[in-house]
Amino acid sequence: MMATLPPRSGPTRPTASLETEVLIIGGGATGAGIMRDLALRGIHSLLIDKKDLCAGASGGNHGLLHSGGRYVFSDPQSAIECREEGHILKRVLPQCIEQTGGLFVAVDGDDEGFAADFAGLCAAAGIACTPLLPAEARELEPALSERVVAAYQVPDATIDPFRLALENVNQARLVNGSIYRPHTEVVAFEKSGDVIVSALCRDNRSGETVRIVAQQFVNAGGAWAMDIARLAGCDDVRLLYSKGTLLVTHDRMIRRVINRLRPPADGDILVPGGTVSILGTTSLRTDALNAVQPTVDEINRNIREGMAMVPALAHARYIRAFSRVRPLLQAGGGADDRQATRGFALIDHHSQGIANLCTITGGKLTTYRLMAEKTADLVAARIGNTAPCRTAVDIVPDGEACRWTEPGAAPKLWYRAGDPDDTILCECEMVPQSAIDQIVRCAPGAEAEMTLEAIALRSRAGKGPCQGSFCGIRIASHLYDRGYYRDRTGLLHMRDFFNERFKGQRAVIWGQQMAQMELAEALHCGLLGLDCLDSPSETVTEGEAQS
Amino acid sequence: MIREERQFTVDLAVIGSGLAGFAASIFAINRGIRTAQIGNTGAVAYTTGYLDLFGRLAADQLLDDPWRGLRQLAASQPQHPLARVTEAEVRAAFDEFVAFLTEAGVPYGQAGERNVMALTPAGTIKPTLCVPSTMQGGVDALAARARCLIVDFRGLRGFSARQVVANLRQEWPQLRAEQLVFPGMEHGELYPEVMARSLEVPACREELAARIRDVLGDADVVGLPAILGMHHPHLVMAEMERLIGRPLFEIPTMPPAVPGIRLREMFEQVFPTRGLTLIPQQKVDAVRFADEAVRLSLADSYGPIAISAQTVILATGRFLSGGLLASFDGISEPLIGLPVTQPPSREGWFREQYMDKEGHPVHTAGIVTDADFRPLSAEGGPYDRRLFAAGLILAHQDWIRGRCGAGIALASAFRAVDAVGRELARSGGQSGKHQSAEGRRDV
Ligand SMILES: Cc1cc2nc3c(=O)[nH]c(=O)nc-3n(C[C@H](O)[C@H](O)[C@H](O)COP(=O)(O)OP(=O)(O)OC[C@H]3O[C@@H](n4cnc5c(N)ncnc54)[C@H](O)[C@@H]3O)c2cc1C
Ligand SMILES: Cc1cc2nc3c(=O)[nH]c(=O)nc-3n(C[C@H](O)[C@H](O)[C@H](O)COP(=O)(O)OP(=O)(O)OC[C@H]3O[C@@H](n4cnc5c(N)ncnc54)[C@H](O)[C@@H]3O)c2cc1C
Repeated sequence: MMATLPPRSGPTRPTASLETEVLIIGGGATGAGIMRDLALRGIHSLLIDKKDLCAGASGGNHGLLHSGGRYVFSDPQSAIECREEGHILKRVLPQCIEQTGGLFVAVDGDDEGFAADFAGLCAAAGIACTPLLPAEARELEPALSERVVAAYQVPDATIDPFRLALENVNQARLVNGSIYRPHTEVVAFEKSGDVIVSALCRDNRSGETVRIVAQQFVNAGGAWAMDIARLAGCDDVRLLYSKGTLLVTHDRMIRRVINRLRPPADGDILVPGGTVSILGTTSLRTDALNAVQPTVDEINRNIREGMAMVPALAHARYIRAFSRVRPLLQAGGGADDRQATRGFALIDHHSQGIANLCTITGGKLTTYRLMAEKTADLVAARIGNTAPCRTAVDIVPDGEACRWTEPGAAPKLWYRAGDPDDTILCECEMVPQSAIDQIVRCAPGAEAEMTLEAIALRSRAGKGPCQGSFCGIRIASHLYDRGYYRDRTGLLHMRDFFNERFKGQRAVIWGQQMAQMELAEALHCGLLGLDCLDSPSETVTEGEAQS
Repeated sequence: MIREERQFTVDLAVIGSGLAGFAASIFAINRGIRTAQIGNTGAVAYTTGYLDLFGRLAADQLLDDPWRGLRQLAASQPQHPLARVTEAEVRAAFDEFVAFLTEAGVPYGQAGERNVMALTPAGTIKPTLCVPSTMQGGVDALAARARCLIVDFRGLRGFSARQVVANLRQEWPQLRAEQLVFPGMEHGELYPEVMARSLEVPACREELAARIRDVLGDADVVGLPAILGMHHPHLVMAEMERLIGRPLFEIPTMPPAVPGIRLREMFEQVFPTRGLTLIPQQKVDAVRFADEAVRLSLADSYGPIAISAQTVILATGRFLSGGLLASFDGISEPLIGLPVTQPPSREGWFREQYMDKEGHPVHTAGIVTDADFRPLSAEGGPYDRRLFAAGLILAHQDWIRGRCGAGIALASAFRAVDAVGRELARSGGQSGKHQSAEGRRDV
């Protein structure tokens, strides 16, 4: 959060005005996907997010590109969509995907009938599924428990949602100059009859109001979609919310995605990602959409359940935990939040007397492209554009400044370039200063001043065991050196960055992370005094009195 | 291969080689107490060189007068280690410690009546009590708003002269930044320790001085990152000042940094010459309280070591140094198994906001002691008459937010060594050899 956030209130008089064909609200995977889709059809769009790319569910998920196996029991239609979309994404977006493969395993005590049906249901959905003996499964994944009694191999994969969003935005920018604008929050719509004329948006950094005029408006607000639709007077988006909490381990504990072969429950998926793995998830009904944080209880539950599949989770070193909210489409009386609600909804708001707004919500990261296609079909039809969707066939080009989120990419490129003067700023993830320079120069969103959080989002900086406590200091000092910071802004950005990173650490600080945290706080507060930046320092007044 | 066990018999075993351990050893040898000190000396490299007494009392109050702060602390937090010692003891502890450092070749300024305002590598200002003499110039230049040049070096991460200047210029307009290439280190990353050692070579000093002269402009004083030599830095600095023709000062770099390494190397050199047994790279594995002595066991690459001591000071620090252990289920003291006072559950360790002005409850967890810093057992009495604790392992303090790391270390070590002396006298262990501090310092 910014230091100088003005109090929340209604829109003030707009001080700036922007115009586009389509305004897309929400910079998650879905919004970014729509932006790309429209651009490939020749339609100009402006994408806004109240924070930054992937601030919502897109930046807080497992990163599992579902084979569909998880949905064969509860939602065969979703299972088929996942299979088809997984296939497409592996072809058009290979730079974001690691084809790890996945296992479904049942352990001693799990419902055996459930396990027995799995292969048949996968076959029905067209999902390749190979049964394995427990010993074979353990050979593939030595970390698996001795208690595994049934195992199947499926084509699960992992996907980097940050890079996905960046690459989608980047291509749209290149194709037709579509624009991405972070820190821009819709607070009201201005209507004329059944048409929305403009959206009034608050710039969350300056506090100013910006008017955005467009022909079509797309609400891709994820869990916030109901709130956004209501700003336009639409009551036909009905969502419930479920909070999910995930943990990040210090090491990559498995090679493949490991799913528990049982009805979805806590701690039943372990996903490898770069050098770490991600364990989750819990599912709790919530009313809160913002500032959801992991609790100690959720952490304990995930670990306790995950241990049944991978016993080493009991003593693993965890470096981070995070929570996000899933929007649950309210449909007829489903009992379990994890069931029957993973499909997506595209709502055209005709019934609400509005002709140029649509809402897309629900769904999965895995189906983001399909969601974008359906949305773009509607928008294109409404403005009379007949170009076909190309996102399933056109390959997404590799954006120069987008590649830094890939684990291992920074050290590889750095090593290849072999420039001794290009010092490493983030040691955990080997991010060199050249990467930082490139990101602040030309990554999506670089048009406005970037915070350290924004830089971290576009790179691996701060994602390692030190969670940014050292590299935050080094990157700031590098940016001072480059003249990017010229006053105390850099200190405020540092403080805000450390505050933000802490939220994901708070619930998993024990063992070595406690030592890490103590050192971090000694540096940030004890030495640099970032906890006292607003305090009246006796210091200076004292000195002035003397001089 | 079984190697023969080496045995040491001492009056006092100090476990831990952070500031608290070193201070305890200094106070002990000054009093003629036969002492062994065990523990990795790496911890002391974390210090910036600044010795804090007390810099921040409550949420929003940076302290100009630490002594007044201590008096307020006695009223508001009577269990705080600094509230359990007298002002006279704190002054004596700082004076004795600083005198030892100065005599041993790392000169420090005396503790004064007020905190000094010292520079940090981010261009913020930190209240502290004593600074190395090589850093005093920065305090003075800031106070006088002198015409000052800050120099940094290409390739030295985390220290940007432009950053220091950008953050201070508003209140210090005559501050200017220059970046130089360090002689002989034209490319790649620079390490302060390597730079400091190379500045002990005259040719390197001359070349660097020439480069600084080129960019001097109208500056009356020049600030550099802390790289002015590893041994006798004040001599390296004096020589550089002569070559440049202007006074210099050092600004600490991010720890672990040169000022801490200087202390570590100095202690490792000087202590053995003062009759102290220093076992610097090892950890004590076990402590057993036998009737006739406390027995410490450990091992190094040459085999097992047994230390038989009349008294023990536990100065093993907190989580970073391994003195306390935070696990999934709670916080423990791993060496002896002392009770640790702590929040009731993990949920209560940290507040929601990292920079919450109140600080985090986990930092006030630690060892509870009696007035002589003897750890208490679960039943409430001393765990063992011969066992004392000093430094950051003590409960009821938050040294990070209080800016009182060295203060707690020195003051608690001082009181504990005093009590060790009394304990030794009582048990008749070595009363004959026990001298007063004054007696020793006359030498
Ligand atoms: C814990 C968890 C684990 C998951 N794991 C997986 C998985 O492994 N695989 C998978 O395929 N799917 C997974 N999902 C689902 C997947 O993450 C989501 O379906 C997907 O990310 C939704 O993307 P989105 O763009 O629709 O919404 P979001 O990513 O939530 O984007 C909505 C955006 O709208 C912005 N916004 C909100 N209000 C406003 C406003 N007024 N003005 C401007 N902007 C606004 C927000 O800041 C946010 O960035 C998981 C979800 C959760 C919660
Ligand atoms: C980043 C940082 C910056 C700091 N900056 C300042 C500053 O500017 N000013 C200031 O006054 N203070 C500062 N401090 C605090 C200061 O460095 C000292 O740590 C503190 O004042 C005294 O700590 P201590 O001796 O109690 O514990 P520590 O310094 O933590 O030392 C504990 C020692 O115990 C040893 N040990 C642990 N277990 C065993 C065992 N089983 N056997 C043997 N040995 C063991 C460890 O190896 C270590 O040597 C800073 C600390 C840090 C981490």
